[in-house]
Amino acid sequence: MTYRFQYTMVLSFMHRVTGCALSVGLVLFACWLVSAAGGEDSYARVQGIFTHPLMTLVLVGFSYAFFYHLLNGFRHLVWDTGRGFEKRTARISGWSVFIAAVVVTASFWALMCLGGGAA
Amino acid sequence: MSLRTPMARALGHGSAKSGVAHWTSQRVSAIALALLALWFVSALLRMPDFAYATVLGWIGAPVNAVLLVLLTGTAAYHAFLGVQVVIEDYVHGHGLKVAALLLVAFLHVVVAAFGIFAVLRIAFAGAGPLTV
Repeated sequence: MTYRFQYTMVLSFMHRVTGCALSVGLVLFACWLVSAAGGEDSYARVQGIFTHPLMTLVLVGFSYAFFYHLLNGFRHLVWDTGRGFEKRTARISGWSVFIAAVVVTASFWALMCLGGGAA
Repeated sequence: MSLRTPMARALGHGSAKSGVAHWTSQRVSAIALALLALWFVSALLRMPDFAYATVLGWIGAPVNAVLLVLLTGTAAYHAFLGVQVVIEDYVHGHGLKVAALLLVAFLHVVVAAFGIFAVLRIAFAGAGPLTV
């Protein structure tokens, strides 16, 4: 291997991985819309799948991918302006995005449960 | 003056001169999508419940329907641009690469079409079982 392993490689690769995952998540989003357009029975069927505990876990995963990709996307946009490339800055912003995505995902689901929606 | 050899020019390989446009489209769609997606997340949080009537009324409301159409289209476009780059980077072999790009392009358009059709149907005609 030519490159010495660094965790920033994982952080960078995660932008692509979460992006591809969200492409699949888009299919779920479309399924939700189509199920609603299909009437009460089809909505209930799909909602039944979406509220299954295992599926909720999958949705939590997708929501983390979403928030990570969104926050890291901002990081990329800042990089596009030529700023934030200093080693220290890039490390701090990388870790911040990783942790902020966890916090935002947890807050999102906490609020969803409190709001009575609970998916 | 071009530094490329006559042979290279004749073969026509190399830059397709479309890289900058792709790069710009990816950024522009990213900004649009960030705004639309944040709107959708806030809407999910404000949804009183996910009962059928509630969700249907919300999707069908004019402003929501327009924003959902924009969200679906922008998301599919941005997703395609991203997946396209991943395929170009990691799928080797010309035939396989072209096949994968075609498949992914079609899939993203189909998903967007289904999503947009669903929203418009709810907004214009109300929902209900489709008879083929």
